[in-house]
Amino acid sequence: MNGFTIATPAQVLAIDVRLPDLDYAAMAPMLVLFGAACLGVLVDAFAPRQSRHTIQFALSFIALTVALLAVIREARVGSRELTADVALAIDGPTLFLQGTLAVLGIVALLLVGERALEKGGPFVSQAAIPVGSEADRRQAREEGATEVFPLTLFALSGMMLFVAANDLLTMFVALEVFSLPLYLLCALARRRRLVSQEAALKYFLLGAFASAFFIFGMALLYGFAGTVSFGGIHDAALLATTSPLLLFTGLAMVAVGLLFKIAAVPFHVWTPDVYQGAPTSVTAFMAACTKVAAFGGLLRVLYVAFDRARWDIEPVIGTIAILTMLVGAILAVTQTDIKRLLAYSSIANAGYLLVGALAFSKEGLSSAMFYLAAYGFTVIAAFAVITLVRDDDGEATHLSRWAGLGREAPLVAGVFTFLMLAFAGIPLTSGFTSKFAVFGAALGVGEAWPVALVIVGVVTSMILAFPYLRVVVMMWLSEPAEQSPTVAIPGAFTSAALMVGVLATLLLGVFPSPVLDLADRAAEFIR
Amino acid sequence: MHASAYEVLASAASGTLSSFWLLIVIPAASGGILLLLGRRADRWGHLLGCASVGVAFVLGLVYFFQLGGLPATDRRATLDLFTFIQVAALKVDFGLLFDPLSAVFVLLITGVGFLIHVYAVGYMADDPKRRTFFAYFNIFVAAMLLLVLGNNYVMLYIGWEGVGLASYLLISFWYTRPSAATAGKKAFIMNRVGDAGLAIAIFVMFANLHTVSYDGVFANVDRFTSGTTLALGLLLLIGACGKSGQFPLQAWLPDAMEGPTPVSALIHAATMVTAGVYLIARSNPIFDANPTAQAVVAAVGAVTLLIGCIIGCAKDDIKRVLAWSTVSQIGYMFLGVGLGGGAYALAIIHLLAHGFFKAGLFLGAGSVMHAMNDQVDIRRFGGLWKYMKITWITFGVGWLAIIGIPPLSGFFSKEPIIAEAFDRPGWAGWVLGFAALLGAGLTAFYMTRLFVLTFHGPERWTDDIKHPHESPPVMTVPLMLLAIGSAAAGALMATPVQDWLNPTVFGVEGGEVPEHVHLSHTVVTILSIAITVLGGLLGWWLFRNGTSLQEQPAGPVVTAARKNLYGDTVNETVFEKPGTYLTRALVYFDNKGIDGLVNGLAAAVGGGSGRLRRAQTGFVRSYALSMLGGALLVAVAFLVVRLG
Repeated sequence: MNGFTIATPAQVLAIDVRLPDLDYAAMAPMLVLFGAACLGVLVDAFAPRQSRHTIQFALSFIALTVALLAVIREARVGSRELTADVALAIDGPTLFLQGTLAVLGIVALLLVGERALEKGGPFVSQAAIPVGSEADRRQAREEGATEVFPLTLFALSGMMLFVAANDLLTMFVALEVFSLPLYLLCALARRRRLVSQEAALKYFLLGAFASAFFIFGMALLYGFAGTVSFGGIHDAALLATTSPLLLFTGLAMVAVGLLFKIAAVPFHVWTPDVYQGAPTSVTAFMAACTKVAAFGGLLRVLYVAFDRARWDIEPVIGTIAILTMLVGAILAVTQTDIKRLLAYSSIANAGYLLVGALAFSKEGLSSAMFYLAAYGFTVIAAFAVITLVRDDDGEATHLSRWAGLGREAPLVAGVFTFLMLAFAGIPLTSGFTSKFAVFGAALGVGEAWPVALVIVGVVTSMILAFPYLRVVVMMWLSEPAEQSPTVAIPGAFTSAALMVGVLATLLLGVFPSPVLDLADRAAEFIR
Repeated sequence: MHASAYEVLASAASGTLSSFWLLIVIPAASGGILLLLGRRADRWGHLLGCASVGVAFVLGLVYFFQLGGLPATDRRATLDLFTFIQVAALKVDFGLLFDPLSAVFVLLITGVGFLIHVYAVGYMADDPKRRTFFAYFNIFVAAMLLLVLGNNYVMLYIGWEGVGLASYLLISFWYTRPSAATAGKKAFIMNRVGDAGLAIAIFVMFANLHTVSYDGVFANVDRFTSGTTLALGLLLLIGACGKSGQFPLQAWLPDAMEGPTPVSALIHAATMVTAGVYLIARSNPIFDANPTAQAVVAAVGAVTLLIGCIIGCAKDDIKRVLAWSTVSQIGYMFLGVGLGGGAYALAIIHLLAHGFFKAGLFLGAGSVMHAMNDQVDIRRFGGLWKYMKITWITFGVGWLAIIGIPPLSGFFSKEPIIAEAFDRPGWAGWVLGFAALLGAGLTAFYMTRLFVLTFHGPERWTDDIKHPHESPPVMTVPLMLLAIGSAAAGALMATPVQDWLNPTVFGVEGGEVPEHVHLSHTVVTILSIAITVLGGLLGWWLFRNGTSLQEQPAGPVVTAARKNLYGDTVNETVFEKPGTYLTRALVYFDNKGIDGLVNGLAAAVGGGSGRLRRAQTGFVRSYALSMLGGALLVAVAFLVVRLG
């Protein structure tokens, strides 16, 4: 052994340094959003205060529309390729999920940009001012921060990168790019600022903790495979010259990082606190888009890198899926805050999505993607309704305050009833078709684990129907409380978001075939 | 023999029959219009509600005769409206099927439903929310029609959920009493247990056959293992028990009687509770393929019919007695479908006859309550025959029909089921036969008690009632029509309905004479008439002079019957308590959860959680610890799975 040698300058020059080929058209959706987000930062710095909100909203809206068009264009071309030196995979699932993210992003943006419900909007002007100070009282009358728009765009560009990432390193960068803006967004509530800041801090600390697991897992997998690309890990698992100890510990750690983001039990603890504390429009954004991105990434990791470890993954992640469904459904029963109730329902839905993912089949993939799209619309619409029910202290989220809402505002209560029925999986809503699709896909495999998962899934969805219908009964049948909250008249943005969400929930429930077809045709990863 | 012989008939609907989807759309559209127009429709809403169901009935008759005009083997029409779900192997069409079985149900639902609608115009006349009530009524009818007209299990499930939801909201809508929450919750939970059974059954079919259409499943029943058919049969039975209020899920049905009387009549006598019987009759190839599953169905029916009778004897609330008699009569139907073969059609005949006389009895009870300031305690009635002649006579016809006095309909529908039960070979025949016979005697006893205490004997009214009055014609005319049906339907229907259903739906050839294993048919007939008359006379003898106004001290049997044979206690122990403890345990292990209690529902499930709040800190450090623990577990689990 002659130790290590130091490369001479001549040797360094001899190494063939070449730039990877970049397919700009395929990367356009991410680049557009990233560019628009950077532009948004400049707008905030230089544009006059009173016109910032309008400019920012228009900029974000246009950027998301252009990104959506770029995704559609790419899908029509029929791209299936690895670009940026295999760091990015532009394939069916990437395009389907990026398209879903763009559409859901537009709907969520409408909520974020809504200012008709509260003077100055739902966000605080300067989050750094201590709560309760003289300056804080002064800023109560000021307009809300417009940084939320670039932050949202940064998060969305990170999410789009996340679903396209084809190696662990890119995936990690994407994870941080979409997580950091979310931490900030959580802290920006105008009302109940301490709760909001506490939620953001919790989310940040635990998110950092989960990221550490992810990096550790990445390092172990690099030690196992000598590469961080999914295709490389897949090949190395086939040869398996090294100890499987590294492979499986690495897989476990990476899985923890991802399971944290999708809020699977026992990594779900942050969800209720954060969903409750964050501004509701941000919660809507997280509930829909973070779920899409995180599941997109998890599906790619499982299907592309670890499909050979399927038999080892099924019992472990299967157990987690069962726990997730059970804990989400049962704890939803005891919730008394509507935002916490939806948080636990989102946990249970992560379990149903895992049922689809664990099918390890084309149908499993397509049904999970359909589920993500369908669930996203419903959950955004549900949170949109929550922003409307208000009293003097802002939103009235305690369930007892919702009693008798049907008499006060039959239309809003009717819409929320419909959404609750969709969550409960009542037929002719997207909640039924999407659950049916994932359970059907799992059973199509015809093996023991998926069948067990489906049985737990059916039973827990029956349990979960109970809290949803309890809300319905409270709204229509209970006597209103003494000082019942008023239902604000939704502004144009919230109305539009609500309409899109409700229509999508109905259409995907009655005529799901076109979108199911689309997901089915898209359901093929490349390696 | 029949399961493997099931043939898929090419039978796309043609001619007039191709529009039978209108049956569902008309009531649904009417319900939607009433809801959307709001108060603008208040003045004529009830008329539209009635008319839509009436039109559906007329259309149903037209389609029925169309179907009857076809040769016996071609009597089915299917409509594929569009593909509902298609994921790779799974394809579910939004498809409808109109065959002899659905035709019979369509006529029952729309026919009896129409009469109840008309009656409700009078019954709800003073209610400010009458229009909304009719909107829900119409939607309920539409959901029930979808349930019986679907051509695959997913369509059935959609209708099933729709019926459950509509009834849940309809019952709860009218609750003003504190018992509301408990009863609503009970109905909901028990139905969910049933629904879970049905949903899992559908998934099992899909997993095995990759299809959920009736044709696809029934044609391939012989590809199931016997374990699979048993599992399927039992799962479907759980679903049927939930919806039809059969043992062990019977307790919700009588509680749900607290809604207004037309709701009880429509939902809990004529339509919704028969969905379970429909499910089993429709799935007959699956049950035929597994005698064990059939035997369980028959046993459930026999147990339930006795439970219903025994509790019915001890109740003093007029609607609850009728409710438990519903439980008991549906027990007869389950016994029938469980016996299989020719008894399927007998069960359907009993279902039709029951639709008439039970609707008549419920509406008659409503008429009595109308006259007595909504009093429901039969100890406070008496002597009403003088004041409400029409109600008295029509209720009397219903009473004689349900206890099975010839020549009223109950005799022709119930007695053959008893005879079939005796025809089952071995000891099972004796047990089932005697259970059915005993049930007939008990039914005669408690129904006579109800009739005598209400209409005869001394007047025991509360002080606020001076002059009871007969109800208006809009209520009495439906009563009379239903009474005619109760009287005549049995004799008229028995043979034609068997000929109509047996060859096409149940695969039983006409002219098969069942072997009499234990007792000849004549002996059974004589026995059942004798025990009925005996029970009736006993009931009249004991209660001819009225009864005391207070509850009397009673022996253990009556006490148990008054407490619904401890059904609620059992449910509490089996379903509620473990649920509560599980929730508490989970809340304990979860870090944060409860903010306070909203209402009685949450109190039942989350009770005692206040104490646990101190354990739920919400500290980031404890969250991080649970994540670390989780991560370690995941890593260890992977290694154990891999290396262990």
